[in-house]
Amino acid sequence: MVAARNSQPSPMKNRTSVERKSERELVVSRIVNAPPRIVFEAWTRAELFQRWWVPKSFGLKLLSCELDVRVGGGYRLVFPAAPEPMAFHGRYLEVVPPSRLVWTNEEAGDNGQVTTVTFEERADRTLVVMHDLYPSKEALDLGSGSTDGLDETFKQLDELLAGLGADDADSVAARSS
Amino acid sequence: MVQRSARLDVSFAALADATRRGVLEQLVRADASITDLADKFRMTLTGMKKHVGVLEQAGLVTTAKVGRVRTCRLGLRRLEEEVIWIESYRQLWDARFDELDGVVEELKRKERVDGRSKK
Repeated sequence: MVAARNSQPSPMKNRTSVERKSERELVVSRIVNAPPRIVFEAWTRAELFQRWWVPKSFGLKLLSCELDVRVGGGYRLVFPAAPEPMAFHGRYLEVVPPSRLVWTNEEAGDNGQVTTVTFEERADRTLVVMHDLYPSKEALDLGSGSTDGLDETFKQLDELLAGLGADDADSVAARSS
Repeated sequence: MVQRSARLDVSFAALADATRRGVLEQLVRADASITDLADKFRMTLTGMKKHVGVLEQAGLVTTAKVGRVRTCRLGLRRLEEEVIWIESYRQLWDARFDELDGVVEELKRKERVDGRSKK
């Protein structure tokens, strides 16, 4: 995955942060080096969207990608899978170019989350915040398989691990008790 | 998946407390009995037992009783597993955004060539 990413020149690499805001909320954010109108375009035109939603490093291609981006319009992404292709689908609840998209995720039935993406202008760049709100904690645990926390606790965990990973006695001793 | 996520919650809860993080740091250096840890953190034995219990439940610490002494040691395998899992989700999104960067660069170039016709 790393190799695949490195093989592509990326002019300026911004940090992706993932945070479990609450038991029912998952938030991903990142700065993108383009104004909102361009980023919005990349999220709403199917031929562009499918190029990045499934990164090359996944090693698979979407079988189809249909986005009917208007309030009440549907979307459908079909992934190759065994024994049969897997479809992700839902409806757009809000479409506010170039600043906001809200859609449902209906492949998991009632457990599906509502996704809100906002595009905020930041000096010719865009802060993209993707917020997933699940109907319950259980739904989040079930649905994502990708629950995450890069919140304060995780930072602490990170620091702790950095410490735990330090095999040599000096660095351990350096952190006085 | 459910199990993993629930375990993650337990780990986070376990790590949310300064004393418990201190206990883990202590155990990096050497295994210790609950009595040692209670002394070190100036706590009652009962208080320390509770903390160790939380860490044990999260799989961060294992304990074994030898004679009358219960010795604690790090249970790291699980912690590493969870961190790898967390990081992999972030990497998925990182990879997506990297690809998105490529797409928007292309759109920006096109817009410049088109003489900002989109504006």
